[in-house]
Amino acid sequence: MLRFVVRRLLQLIPILFGLSILLFAWLRLLPGGPAAALLGERATPERVAAINRTYGLDQPLFVQYWRYLQRVAQFDFGDSTQTGRPVTQVIIDQFPGTIELTIAALIFAVGVGIPLGYFAARRQGTILDNLAVVGSLVGVTIPVFFLAFLLKYFFAVELGWLPPSGRQDVRIDATHITNFFVLDGLLTREFDAAFDAVKHLILPGIALGTIPLAIIVRITRAAVLDVVNEDYVRTAEAKGLTTSVIRRRHVLRNAMLPVVTTIGLQLGLLLSGAILTERVFAFPGIGSEIVSAITNKDYAILQGVILLVAVLYVLINLVVDLLYGVLDPRVRVR
Amino acid sequence: MPGTKARRTLVLAVVAAVSVALSGCANSDREDTGGGDGNAASSKDTLVFGAAGEPKLFDPAFASDGETFRVLKQIYEGLVKTKQGSAEIEPALATKWEPSPDGKKWTFTLREGVKFSDGTEFNAEAVCFNFNRWYNFSGALQSPDVSAYWQDTFGGFAKNESPDLPTSLFKSCSTTGANTVAIELASPTGRFPAALALPAFAMQSPAALQKYEADKVTASGDTFEYPSYATEHPTGTGPYKLDSRDTASKTVTLVRNDDYWGDKAKIAKIVFKVIPDNNARKQELQAGTIDGYDLVAPGDIESLKGAGEQILDRPPFNILYVGINQKNPALAKLKVRQALAHAINREALVRSKFPPAAQVAKQFMPPEVGGYADDVTEYPYDPAKAKQLLAEAGEADLSLKFYWPTEVSRPYMPNPKEVFEVVSADLQKVGIKITPVAKVWNSGYLTDVSSGRADIHLLGWTGDYNDAYNFNGTFFGRVKPEFGFNNPAIFAAIAKADAIPDAAQRADAYKAVNRQIVDFLPAVPIAHSPPSLAAQSEVKDLFPSPVQNEEFSLVYTEGT
Repeated sequence: MLRFVVRRLLQLIPILFGLSILLFAWLRLLPGGPAAALLGERATPERVAAINRTYGLDQPLFVQYWRYLQRVAQFDFGDSTQTGRPVTQVIIDQFPGTIELTIAALIFAVGVGIPLGYFAARRQGTILDNLAVVGSLVGVTIPVFFLAFLLKYFFAVELGWLPPSGRQDVRIDATHITNFFVLDGLLTREFDAAFDAVKHLILPGIALGTIPLAIIVRITRAAVLDVVNEDYVRTAEAKGLTTSVIRRRHVLRNAMLPVVTTIGLQLGLLLSGAILTERVFAFPGIGSEIVSAITNKDYAILQGVILLVAVLYVLINLVVDLLYGVLDPRVRVR
Repeated sequence: MPGTKARRTLVLAVVAAVSVALSGCANSDREDTGGGDGNAASSKDTLVFGAAGEPKLFDPAFASDGETFRVLKQIYEGLVKTKQGSAEIEPALATKWEPSPDGKKWTFTLREGVKFSDGTEFNAEAVCFNFNRWYNFSGALQSPDVSAYWQDTFGGFAKNESPDLPTSLFKSCSTTGANTVAIELASPTGRFPAALALPAFAMQSPAALQKYEADKVTASGDTFEYPSYATEHPTGTGPYKLDSRDTASKTVTLVRNDDYWGDKAKIAKIVFKVIPDNNARKQELQAGTIDGYDLVAPGDIESLKGAGEQILDRPPFNILYVGINQKNPALAKLKVRQALAHAINREALVRSKFPPAAQVAKQFMPPEVGGYADDVTEYPYDPAKAKQLLAEAGEADLSLKFYWPTEVSRPYMPNPKEVFEVVSADLQKVGIKITPVAKVWNSGYLTDVSSGRADIHLLGWTGDYNDAYNFNGTFFGRVKPEFGFNNPAIFAAIAKADAIPDAAQRADAYKAVNRQIVDFLPAVPIAHSPPSLAAQSEVKDLFPSPVQNEEFSLVYTEGT
């Protein structure tokens, strides 16, 4: 087990190395650069050249990459060309927001998706089942920005129940320690601040969680339908086990395997979905940061943040693999 | 299964223990605001403004973008400032100023009894300290992105480190009394003192600049670090002070400077909240979670007005033009350029694709700027004449690469795609073949256009201060690959006008320059477009400024 984990973590090194080369080259081969973003209408060829000199962008690509590697080896990911803030600080500031949003979306998707999928399967062919199937089809196809617009329009602008954007009401004088605003509110006992942060997570959480929700409903429903017809379920029934034990220990547990795989994959997609959702909801997080870094050609931010997302993606897959073992002893890794 | 149960209990116990331990360590930093709930700070004492982007840093000498300036304008003041709602200058930290007859030496009488927010005194020495600081910038501080406005206004530095930098217009600053300074220039310029209203030339506390090592900007390869002065300790004389910057929730909070020399700010606290998405800003205003925002999309103006919000139009202080590159031999022919001007139906374009208060441009500066000439040659929409001019020039089969930018909206060009489509269709109607080249603004557009790769292109400018050089000099003061022409007569005329000390005579000279430029037609002027602010109906005295110089200290909400 430990060897498996260590092996997988070691595989990260070549992955990250390769990715960093690709990313580095790709960003610099795209037309334009930070100089144009910094100068705007003031751009002249001389000024662009002067800025490229300042930032070392006039050096050959391999020299630039070598310098970058040297710094990364010392955990220095560079500074934002826009603000001069270190990339690590930007990540510390912005990443908790994205994690909170992803967790909110996941809670919504899993919390609603698995029960809905399960009950749709148990009541196959009923109105509930049909609604779940059609609803999940709509959920998969609806564009996030359109859903976000509808949610904001009805619940924030028209009804005024929930805030339209941001992470916390700026009029609340909240203390931030970890930058996980809900957690901060609980830790400092500023419960109003924690509650306000939760309110800010509801609409973006729903917008981001709708596609995974729809997929989880469909996968859960299909998996449960598969499992209920298995021999071992019939055997369990024949043995006289109670329905609740059969459902919990035999049906749901076995049906969970494909669902967990799906959740793992969706978690990776949630991170990329967060880019759009954060933008639409003006939710400060790593997604908003990527968007503005792309606009401003902020190489250091893009390199740092995308590498971080890659590391997370690999780690999530590792956790999913390990979870298989917990759920199904037959595939437990040694 | 007793094993599972025991494990679950153990996990719960650990979680509970950690939570208790953490909540024991963590304490609220919240000051007692006099109420139990978090909304204790009354909304009437706090104004929340939706900004499109983050301020980059708090040292105005290093700033050049609107979002940074908006915040810094509340913290700092310059020797002069613009009148609210206008681009005209009026006294600020200097009560009066006078040029020498040759226009090279300016004597400023300073306001007395002014203190920086760190308690140190504002006086003649502080003024010279600031000027000398800018003049002696070295190393990374000479990078054109760091000291953009110093370079735009004064050219170079005491010791230029790049051969591309011109000799500095600034010569020296001397104190002629505790509250008078004399600033000497290498040659007279109309930019001075108008440019001193720019936040980039705001007065900063010498003590704070030294204490927080404001000039210690380090650049090594692509790492670029600013000192703590620029990130945490801005110290000016303005009506507000920096309270906090929350980089996680992207807000900047300013609090009233109770020791301010003038009328104290009416609202105690201003929060600038970054909301990059235009639609999100609009919805926040409608939901009442912000009190105002900038850069209203023209398409939202009517619906916001209908919902009872205020739309505050800035007087247009910008120009959109179709740039022409004379490196293309066909475009070096005056008749071809005239044909382009006659081919574009500017009136219809401005009426259909710009906000209602937009104006058709006849020249390359808005009417508010001194030196605007009413009697420049006009090129009315006349496709037949355009065809005839093309034929006379022997360019009836003209084919042009037309560059237009994507993923951008500028105050002078809210929707580049629409402008491109209309202009392109007009040009095709007179038989010009158009090869459209769409490029992302920051990914190739600016660099390609500024290095002269386009035949024709869309670009513009928002004025920084009220001087014709800021428009004419920026575009046509020297050889620029963007326009690809070398017309020494125009360059000399602009330089000569800029060097006239008397404002009225300078304005007359610029009128002549404008007539000369419009006859030469290095580009086709299209529109002056008014950017708009939006605010809740109860927000009062937010005066839209042509140079985005809104003073939040004057603002109040009904009921405060």
